[in-house]
Amino acid sequence: MSHSALIRAATQTLVDHVEELTALDQAIGDGDHGLNMKRGALAIQSRLQELDNKPLNEALKSMGMACISTIGGSSGPVFGTLLVTLAKDLPPAPGPADLARALGTSIAALTRLGKAEVGQKTLLDVLDPVRRLLENPGESSGEDLLARVHRCALDAAQATAQMDAIKGRASFLGERALGHVDPGSRSMALIIGAVCDSLRVTQ
Amino acid sequence: MKKLINHVDDVLAESLDGFAAAHGDIVSLGSERLFVQRRAIRRGKVALISGGGSGHEPLHAGFVGHGMLDAACPGHVFTSPTPNQMVAAAESVETGAGVLFIVKNYSGDLMNFQMAADLLDRDNATVIVNDDVAVENSTYTTGRRGVAGTLIVEKMVGAAAERGDKLAALKTLGETVNRATASMGVALTACTVPAAGRPTFQLGEDEMEMGVGIHGEPGRRRVKLTGADDIAAELTGAILKELAPGRGQEVILLVNGFGGTPVLELYLMVHAARKVLADSGVKAVRYLTGSYVTSLDMTGCSITLTAVDPGMLALWDAPVHTPALRWGI
Repeated sequence: MSHSALIRAATQTLVDHVEELTALDQAIGDGDHGLNMKRGALAIQSRLQELDNKPLNEALKSMGMACISTIGGSSGPVFGTLLVTLAKDLPPAPGPADLARALGTSIAALTRLGKAEVGQKTLLDVLDPVRRLLENPGESSGEDLLARVHRCALDAAQATAQMDAIKGRASFLGERALGHVDPGSRSMALIIGAVCDSLRVTQ
Repeated sequence: MKKLINHVDDVLAESLDGFAAAHGDIVSLGSERLFVQRRAIRRGKVALISGGGSGHEPLHAGFVGHGMLDAACPGHVFTSPTPNQMVAAAESVETGAGVLFIVKNYSGDLMNFQMAADLLDRDNATVIVNDDVAVENSTYTTGRRGVAGTLIVEKMVGAAAERGDKLAALKTLGETVNRATASMGVALTACTVPAAGRPTFQLGEDEMEMGVGIHGEPGRRRVKLTGADDIAAELTGAILKELAPGRGQEVILLVNGFGGTPVLELYLMVHAARKVLADSGVKAVRYLTGSYVTSLDMTGCSITLTAVDPGMLALWDAPVHTPALRWGI
């Protein structure tokens, strides 16, 4: 399967939600998250044709490097490292168990990079529930599993509203960050959701 | 939003081009505008490189020049620069004595500078500035922000680099100055990020944001606006509590405007802060007053104190020739 449809969907959702992401970050950060994600998304879209001709790993690595060199802020290193680490760990045609294992490696890499752990109102709080679902999908597979992963990511992002921020700029707010969804988690959920939808169409 | 801009996407590039033209005797712009560098590089001197999100001008590019920084990497507005910017800057200004990165304590800045340090094939060390006492520190959080005290660290370490201090000594000095420095700010109105088009937060006519940062991020508390003496007492009081100076301690007093506050009010705040210092038996021996570490068009100010000894004072007084700070030359 060509990746270009999938990559376009995963990046376009960030462009389409730039206003919402900006508003989320203005509430508890400095308001740059939406624009930063949009800049990274457009940088990846401008390489779409080149990415389409690469194997999955190389495409992921190239997207990660584009994030690191164009986004800046926390999002550049974080989303860049996520993609680069996935690139190292994923086989050419990954199944749920492969994805779960690669996400585990990525979560460990992000923990080292940002000194953040699961439960601290960051995108790890979306990645980890998704990883656990992929690891133990039960009877679920195919289109049903994709729908469950999509829902899991959205719910997990929403649940960050009830967490205390102790990393990043939201941490400077103390209790005032309570009740607000973490913008990076929302972006992560949007990306995972778009990937799931794109895979369901092609199944 | 009313701003002197053409297109929001071009704000940074057009401003950097103007800056480089206006100060072409001191600085030049690196390729693809990745960094601003000092025109007269001194071989064998440790290269001082800082950087951070734009919107705090004149920090950092305004402090590139003799006696301060060798290069500054501007990120997008309130967004830390990317690792390739710092690597490109280091490769352009480092001449064999190593690189000292001066980084404000924010998650994004730390990660991007760390990635740059990992990529860089040259001796390097990093000083992290975290002078904002409005943030209660804890082992479990990102910790205090780097704000206006960054200027004082860059000035003193810059002077020491200029006289020939080595990389390890400069890192130690930077950490010493950082520990001796504390700041706190107050906002009367929020700032508007050009690309966002609306103020980051809203304050009522009679409200102020106490303990505000320099990115328009809200502070700790929203309180009723009071008189300048009361504001100076709260800011200076929190700083003194942190520094715990002995009676007779000499300090540098920096009253820093956030970008939208008149100089008239900044000097009024100097006067108000002096009264608090006098009551505590602390002696301001040097002053710096103006908008140096700004937050776009935010109104309000921060107060910074650095407790100095004669050695640090000599570094402060040493000649400096940059677009935004010049004395002794």
